[in-house]
Parts: sequence; structure tokens; C-alpha cells
Amino acid sequence: MDRRTFLKATTVTAATVAAPALGRGQETGPIKIGFPLPLTGPFGALAQDQQRGATLAMEELNAKGGVLGRRVEVIFRDDQLKPAVGAQRTKELIENEKVHCVVGGLAAHVQMAINEQTKKSNILFISVSQSDEISARPDTSPVTFHEALNPTITTRAVGGWALKNVARKWWVVYADYAWGKQNAAVFTDVCQKAGGTILGSTPYPLGSAEFSAHLPRIQAARPEGMFTVTPGADNIAFLKQFTNFGMKKQMVVVQPLHWLPTMKEGGPEIYDGIHAATNFYWELAESIPQVKRYVEAHQKRFNMPPGDYGAYAYSGVMEVARGITLARSTHGPAIAEALRANPEYDHYKGKQWWRKCDNKSFQDIWIVRGRGPGQTRGEWGLLDVVTRIPANEELDRTCAEKGHV
Amino acid sequence: MLDIPLSALAAQLFTGLVLGGIYVLLAIGLSLIFGLMTVVNFAHGSLYMLGAYFGFFLLGLTGNFWLSLLGAPLMVGTLGLLVERCLIRPLRGRSIDDPLLLTFGLSLVLIEAVRIIWGKIGLTLDPPRALDGAVDLGFMFFPLYRLFVIGVTAVVLVGLWLFLERTNVGLFIRAGSRDPLMVRALGVNLGRIWLLVFALGTGLAGLAGILAGPMRGVYAEMGVTIIIESFVVVVVGGMGSLLGAVVAGLLIGEVVSLTTFVAPKLSEIMVFIVMAVVLLVRPSGLFGEAGLLE
Repeated sequence: MDRRTFLKATTVTAATVAAPALGRGQETGPIKIGFPLPLTGPFGALAQDQQRGATLAMEELNAKGGVLGRRVEVIFRDDQLKPAVGAQRTKELIENEKVHCVVGGLAAHVQMAINEQTKKSNILFISVSQSDEISARPDTSPVTFHEALNPTITTRAVGGWALKNVARKWWVVYADYAWGKQNAAVFTDVCQKAGGTILGSTPYPLGSAEFSAHLPRIQAARPEGMFTVTPGADNIAFLKQFTNFGMKKQMVVVQPLHWLPTMKEGGPEIYDGIHAATNFYWELAESIPQVKRYVEAHQKRFNMPPGDYGAYAYSGVMEVARGITLARSTHGPAIAEALRANPEYDHYKGKQWWRKCDNKSFQDIWIVRGRGPGQTRGEWGLLDVVTRIPANEELDRTCAEKGHV
Repeated sequence: MLDIPLSALAAQLFTGLVLGGIYVLLAIGLSLIFGLMTVVNFAHGSLYMLGAYFGFFLLGLTGNFWLSLLGAPLMVGTLGLLVERCLIRPLRGRSIDDPLLLTFGLSLVLIEAVRIIWGKIGLTLDPPRALDGAVDLGFMFFPLYRLFVIGVTAVVLVGLWLFLERTNVGLFIRAGSRDPLMVRALGVNLGRIWLLVFALGTGLAGLAGILAGPMRGVYAEMGVTIIIESFVVVVVGGMGSLLGAVVAGLLIGEVVSLTTFVAPKLSEIMVFIVMAVVLLVRPSGLFGEAGLLE
């Protein structure tokens, strides 16, 4: 081998070896999805449900060959239910892990902090928990999508149903923070429009364990129905004391949502006969084929049925994958454009769609009622499905009301 | 606001009594420990939480609530014994901050340990069938279990008073908190008294935990808020004063309950307003002695 041939040969070899490495970076490596969620803190159980949902979506996508031929990787980070930590974790996901998209968040205030970071970097964010602001100006952005229900939709649905079917004279108990106040305000509005009466309301600090001091006043007012917005551990403490004080016999209780892990924690005695809305319940598998497929896959993988917030997470990751496939790009604005141009999707419970003006997802809601002791089915069969409220854009505020031109 | 029906007011005062009872049980343990050992026990809230979890564990084991009610405080007390001997004793003689930081760290460890052992999802602790249901007091329906909690608190307080006032060990405890040096000079083994007092104080926290479990639910973070309120009770009553802990506990319970009635939003902050006012008028609390913290 003369010198010239040797040089040629080594150059060609080096180029062949180096080429894939040069081309890697954004084009051929895994598609990375960042997922901040409060694994520690009072909503830990719900966050684990989310983690299972997102993991299942990732595994199903990879089993089918990934997205655009690339493996999908979901990277979870604990936001501790604190906005500052959520913002920091998201920043790290974007800058250090180089994620292409973000899905996640489990509380209104934390998802706003996550959204600020993704907005800055022009990265697609699909929020999977409740908030009215996330899809309204000035907080939202063209790359911000909202998969979960929001307080307006939820409480207009459940409130409208309750006014018609349950009671006319109400008392409202709510945690005194964004999500609690929004639900209380929407319920009051629904009640007035339907000709009902609000006899009074009780705001209390989020995270309370003791409600007994509030109860005599409510008892004295003799409402027919009680609308309670008490998330997480508050929900159990409130219902426990409400039941112990013998008030369950005096009035009907309606809440915006039931959370399956919280219900399991509190037990059927306190949730017996309590109505709420939900985006998903696994026993819908009996009547909806998509739910059946999803529940069976989840059951097989985790040996338990999926919960409501896990379902949002599953759908969020699936939507990111669909968006990237449609756009043939991981660029935030391109995926967002592709999703708006092809708004309909169906990942686990039937048709959903994105409203173009605010990137808000519309979906069916179900009114459910807690089963009493002796009526539950296994560990997780805690609810009876009362009725379905079909997806309807009129349940949300209009885009003009949300500040979109 | 002024046309409050008398029955509603009575109901409100009664609910305040139960609130106060739990505060008293926690504050008296804190105060006992501080009075004798000048240890500010920040792990008290976590030990309260452990009382509820141990109660749940024993209830699963024995199926008997009454046995659990006895056993859980004993288990927490035993843990308190170990904590005093192995963790707090070596810090003896150092500044008051050291045991404070240690117990604060310990509280975080205990919460995390409970999450690992029992999971992040909380548990349900049911009261015994005999205490299920509510009774008609004339002005309101009141849960039987809450009446029971008031009763237990009263019995424990009387027992504790007899123990401190009428027994030799009680005498040593009282003397030890007045003048430890003199007590030691008289040949009393104060180390044993510290052990006993720490176990007693933590055991009371455990009792408060298992009593509160059926009312409020059992979860790893259940001691986080109540420890702050209990410290307020101790400060209002006077650091180290047992009578102060009882009076302030009931006072704070009633203040929270009555404020909730007229202005629910103020109920949380009211606790601190009471503290601020008491400290302005009496800097060492209602029944406290000056100079304990120096």
C-alpha cells in the first residue's frame, strides 16, 4: 500500500465511522419527552398514576417501531408540587436533557410555571391537569395545548346536571386557592342561571385536616345539596367529618371530580352516594371498545386499572407522537400547526378534538357516583356510571371570553 | 353576624373542645420535654403521625381498636426512648439549636420512612363499631367518637396530674425542671428521668395521633401543620408549663372554632394573632417563667 492509497483508505474509513455521529444529534437519536410531575407530596398517588399512563404510551409507541423510526423516551422529573421546582426541572429537561416536547404537571400553579419555560424555548407543551388559565390569554401560547378538563367545563357539566337532578338549595365548601375558587365561582354562576339558590359558602385554607368547626353553621342553614371542592387529602378529611356529624343523611353531596386513588384511600363508607364528574373510569370498558383496549393493556402491564389522571398522561404522550409524525419534525411550532390542522384524535375513550383558537381539548365527561360498602367491585371498582355528557365546546368559555381574537 | 342562634354557638364551642383536646395532648408532651430537657422536639408531629400508623398496623394485627389504642402510644413511646438515648443524649450540654435541628431532620426521615413502608397513599383508620354514629345533643348531632376523644383527653390529663403531683418520680421530674444541678447533687439519676419524660411526651403524641386518625384520615404528612399549631399552643401557654399547655390548647381550639363561625378565612391566621397578642402582654406566655430559653 503506497502513501496515497493509505491516506485515501483511512479518510474513507474515518468518514464512514464519524458520519452517523455527526448526523445524530436531533435527527436520529430518541425522541425525548420531558414529564414533570409531583411524585412526592400530597398528590403522590395521582402522580404515580400519571407516570404509569405515560410509561404505557411510551412502551406501546416503541413496540410499534417508535416515531419517525426513532425510539421514544419519556423522562420523568419530580416537581414536588412547587412552581419554582417545576420551572427548574423543566428548564433542566430542556437545556440538559434536550427534550423535544414536554407533557405533564398536576396542579394549576405548577403547570403555569412549566408553561413559562416551554414558551420561552418554543417547545410543545401538552398540559394534563386542570386549569382555566392555561388555555387563556395572557398565559397560553401557540405551542401550549391543554389535554385535561378545566374547572369551567367540569363544573358547568356536573353543576348543570346536579341542579336539574339533585337539589335546588346549595352550600359551597371550597379550598381557598385558584382551582377551588374557580370551581366555586362557576358553580355559583350555574346555580343562579338555573334558578337555584346558594345559601352560603365556606372557603377554607388548602391542606386542612379539620372541618368540624365549619359544620354547625352549614347544618343550621339546612341546604339540600352540598358542592365541595376539596382536593387530595382534604377530600377524605372533609367527607369523613361530614359523615360522622350525621350530615350525609341531611343533604346530597356533589363534587367537581372523583379521583380514584383518593377514593380508594378514603374507603367506600364516606364516598357512598357522592356524585362527581370524571374524564375517565375504567369500567367504561364494558361499553366502549377503546376503553376496553386501553384498560386491558394497562392491567396487563401494571396489574391494576388506569385512573383518571393516568389516562390524561397516556393521551398526552400519544398526542405528542401523533403531532411529530404528522409534522415530520420535532420543532414545537411545526407540531402545533400539524395538530391544529388535524384536530381529531382518539387514544383511549372515543373521539376528542383540539379547538383551533385555544388548543383546548374537548372530550366526553361522565357523571359518576361512589359505591357504598359491599357494592364495590374488587379494589378499584368504586364507582357507578350515572350518565355521559357528550363533548361540547359550549361547556367552556368562548375563545373571545378567553382573550383570543 | 350578631343574630347568631344560641344553639349554633353551643355547637361551635363543643367542636372547639375536641380541637383543643388534640392540641392539649400534643402541647403537653412538647412542654414536658422542653420543661425538663430544654429540647425543642420538632419530630413531635411525625411521632403523632406514627401513632396513627402504628395504630393502623396493630388494628390489622389484632383486629381490636382498644388494644391498638393502648399499643400505639407504647410503641411510639418506646421509639421515643431510643431517640432520647441514641440521638438526643449525645447532644446534651450543647446549644439548644442542635437537638432542634436533629429532631427536625428526624421528622423528615420518619415521614419518608412511612412513605416507603406504607406507601404514598394514605390509610383509613375506622373507629370501633361501638363508637360509630352521632348522638343528638339537643343543639346538634355530635359524633360519638368525638365525645370519646374529649373523655380520653380528660382521663389522660387527670392521670398525668396525679403522676406528677403524687408520685416520687413525678416529684423528681418537677424538681429536675426547676433545678437539675441540685437534683443531681442529691444523687438522683437524671438520665433515667430524661428517658422517662421523653418516652412519656412522645407516647402522648402517639396517643393524639391514633385518636385523630379516625377523624382526619391517616397520611404521612398529617403531622406537618399540626406541629406548628402545637408550638403556638406551647408558646401561648408558656414554654415548659403544663397548666399553660392545657389552658392554651383549649383556648386556641375555641378561638379557631369561633373564628371559623364568624369569619372562616381568618381562622388560620387567628391562631398567630392570639400568639402575638399574648406575647406582647406576657412575653413568656400565659403561665411561663422568664429566662428558660437563655
